[in-house]
Amino acid sequence: MRVMAQMAMVMNLDKCIGCHTCSVTCKQAWTNRSGVEYVWFNNVETRPGQGYPRTYQDQERWQGGWVRTRSGRLKPRSGGRLKRMLSIFANPKLPAMQDYYEPWTYDYEHLLTAPAGEDTPVARPKSLLTGEDTKITWSANWDDSLAGGNEIAAGDPILRQVSEQVRQEYEKAFMFFLPRICEHCLNPSCAASCPSGAIYKRSEDGIVLVDQDRCRGWRMCVTGCPYKKIYFNHRTGKAEKCTFCFPRVEIGIPTVCAETCVGRLRYIGLMLYDVDAVGRAAATEQETDLYQAQRSVFLDPHDPEVIAAARRDGIPEDWLDAARRSPIWDLIMKYEVALPLHPEYRTMPMVWYIPPLSPVVDILRDTGHDGEDAGNLFGAVEALRIPVEYLAGLFTAGDPAPVHGVLRRLAAMRSYQRRINLGEERDESIAAAVGMTGTQLDEMYRLLAVAKYEQRYVIPTAHAEQAHHLEELATECSLDYEGGPGMGGSGPFGEASGSPAPIAVENFHALRQRQTADTVAAPADKATRVNLLNWDGRGRPDGLFPPRRDPDGDGHAPGQGER
Amino acid sequence: MNVLLWVIVPYLSLAVLVGGLVWRHRYDRFGWTTRSSQLHETAVLRWGSPMFHFGVLMVLVGHIGGLLVPKAWTEAVGITEHTYHLMAVFVGTVAGLCTLIGMAVLILRRRLTGPVFAATTRNDKAMYVVLGAVLVLGLWATVRANVAGDGYDYRETISPWFRSLFYLSPDPQVMAGVPVGFQIHILAAFALFAFWPFTRLVHAFSAPVGYFTRPYVVYRSRDDRRGLRPTRPGWEGPPTLPKPRAAAGRGSQPRRGAR
Repeated sequence: MRVMAQMAMVMNLDKCIGCHTCSVTCKQAWTNRSGVEYVWFNNVETRPGQGYPRTYQDQERWQGGWVRTRSGRLKPRSGGRLKRMLSIFANPKLPAMQDYYEPWTYDYEHLLTAPAGEDTPVARPKSLLTGEDTKITWSANWDDSLAGGNEIAAGDPILRQVSEQVRQEYEKAFMFFLPRICEHCLNPSCAASCPSGAIYKRSEDGIVLVDQDRCRGWRMCVTGCPYKKIYFNHRTGKAEKCTFCFPRVEIGIPTVCAETCVGRLRYIGLMLYDVDAVGRAAATEQETDLYQAQRSVFLDPHDPEVIAAARRDGIPEDWLDAARRSPIWDLIMKYEVALPLHPEYRTMPMVWYIPPLSPVVDILRDTGHDGEDAGNLFGAVEALRIPVEYLAGLFTAGDPAPVHGVLRRLAAMRSYQRRINLGEERDESIAAAVGMTGTQLDEMYRLLAVAKYEQRYVIPTAHAEQAHHLEELATECSLDYEGGPGMGGSGPFGEASGSPAPIAVENFHALRQRQTADTVAAPADKATRVNLLNWDGRGRPDGLFPPRRDPDGDGHAPGQGER
Repeated sequence: MNVLLWVIVPYLSLAVLVGGLVWRHRYDRFGWTTRSSQLHETAVLRWGSPMFHFGVLMVLVGHIGGLLVPKAWTEAVGITEHTYHLMAVFVGTVAGLCTLIGMAVLILRRRLTGPVFAATTRNDKAMYVVLGAVLVLGLWATVRANVAGDGYDYRETISPWFRSLFYLSPDPQVMAGVPVGFQIHILAAFALFAFWPFTRLVHAFSAPVGYFTRPYVVYRSRDDRRGLRPTRPGWEGPPTLPKPRAAAGRGSQPRRGAR
């Protein structure tokens, strides 16, 4: 047994209203740069729907993740080492820009400079790739809330796999939102696909990162990741991915997406796991057993044997304490309500989901039944085949049994708590029907419905003795680095050559020089962004809000916000 | 003149190649990439790129065989000059044509695909001119010598001279009698070598051979990251204390960023 700690996330899908706040704040913090205009480290997709990039879940087509060979070993689905090297000159399975979408902006300047004329001037869409006029035909959430109806939702790979004869009737379609970030897998196939070895899993907290200085732009990781959460920066020629906001997590604050989540549906915490068991678990023969196989890899932080092994393997005491208080442990192991996204890809993902009960409740209510009565709900979970099988296609490799179990526990909690809310007696039989007690249902309810910030985000900080190695919490002035303050512009060898500025410094300048460029494609000053990564909610960084009217009425906004 | 062309120029260009690579590795590891444009366009690249790259690898193998392996060795294993020559001309011409056609396809694609053209730098264009010149000159010299003339045995002149560069006792005299076509090709190649470290061609030197031997999943400790420790680019000498007010300019601190 070799113990490692993993920073993990659980999202409660019943609470997601699809507002995209997580996506927008993530983009502002991380991908508000040229070359990654099309990139969303966090995106929210509507299910059923094609997702982003389109149909990424169709691994027959995109060849992401791992496959189990006949001898029982794992190899990347797109091929082993030799095959990958032979296809290095033209990756046959790389999604094209059209599979994401062509990024665009609008020619706003025309609104101001158009000569007087008969017609109102319009701001034409301009491609951010070429600067030419473009027609907007797709985006990261084009099919949001089932927009496009049958025509687009029919392209959903999971729906196709649920049943050949599902004829979607638009007005009867169920719908929910699925926010996605990088899964920070225990067995990352992106790292396995990287010829340069630039993608690594941090041994302290399990965050999967791309070393920007080692990446050589072979673009194999994009194919390797079955979730398509590695993106190719087409200006720097390097792969980029969700970082789990490591500069924030290292100092104990949650990721930007979790911090800004309006529905408070995200939970962050530690999981201890046995590294030596990962490979065997990921190579489990039956795909439907992979969910349980992954659970078997996790180690109980309350178990004295595990604690002793963790101490031996150098996990600090406060991290062990955080692992014991981890909401992730409770949701995955104690209440068994969280499920992994696509365990059949065999990457052992570490962002788990509490499947939504609402499609079931909605259908029940629409048919005139009491949608929160325990008996009705239990019956509906069994009877409503399509939503449940669809959820199973997402979370348990198609096995409806675990999904049934989770939905029944959620249904029990809902009707149990409703009785309390209505002043009726506690009905222990509801809890007993799902093998729990009333107290447990109460605890689960507290965690799912009323948990405070400190309970939802249990993030131990990195250690003071490591402070010198951290991104944000530097022991010296963050501007004391070679070349001094200054960023923007390109090196002599193409876009963004030279070394990247440390993220802290980059943000400092982003706060000063934002949103000033007026060129469309390839802005000369690439430091044009509002960066939320270090904005603490106080003050008014320029460009984040519309300018304030000067009280004297000369229409000029004050140059600097009050800081 | 002979000494200038066949001793000073080669050594100078090799020095620039090695020095440039070291310098770029220390200063611009972030810019060291293939800068692939496959995201913008796949259909043409799929044909052009493997054709060019496999072709150029074959050309490389051919040059190693022709320049570094002494004639005596091949004859010792029973390959006559005639056999060798036929083989070299045939395989070389096929590989050269393959490379050239692949490159033409890639350049046309680059010019005609909007986003790819928009992503092309001036440096890229200059590199294409030099690289294309070396290829065309080499192919032209070979074809002319074999089609118009009755072949030219470069293994008697060019190869010994090339090897002599590495023994550090360069022998420029043998190069005097070499046909002008080969001479220009060689000089163009040395120009390319000198330009190499400053173009996207550097990616050739990061061919990921380590992939075959390393485990699939890489674990790395946070300690590997140098964070904000002030490290210095290669030419700056030993580290000094941070300046109280550093001059404005581009950030140039080598750092293992992560994204």
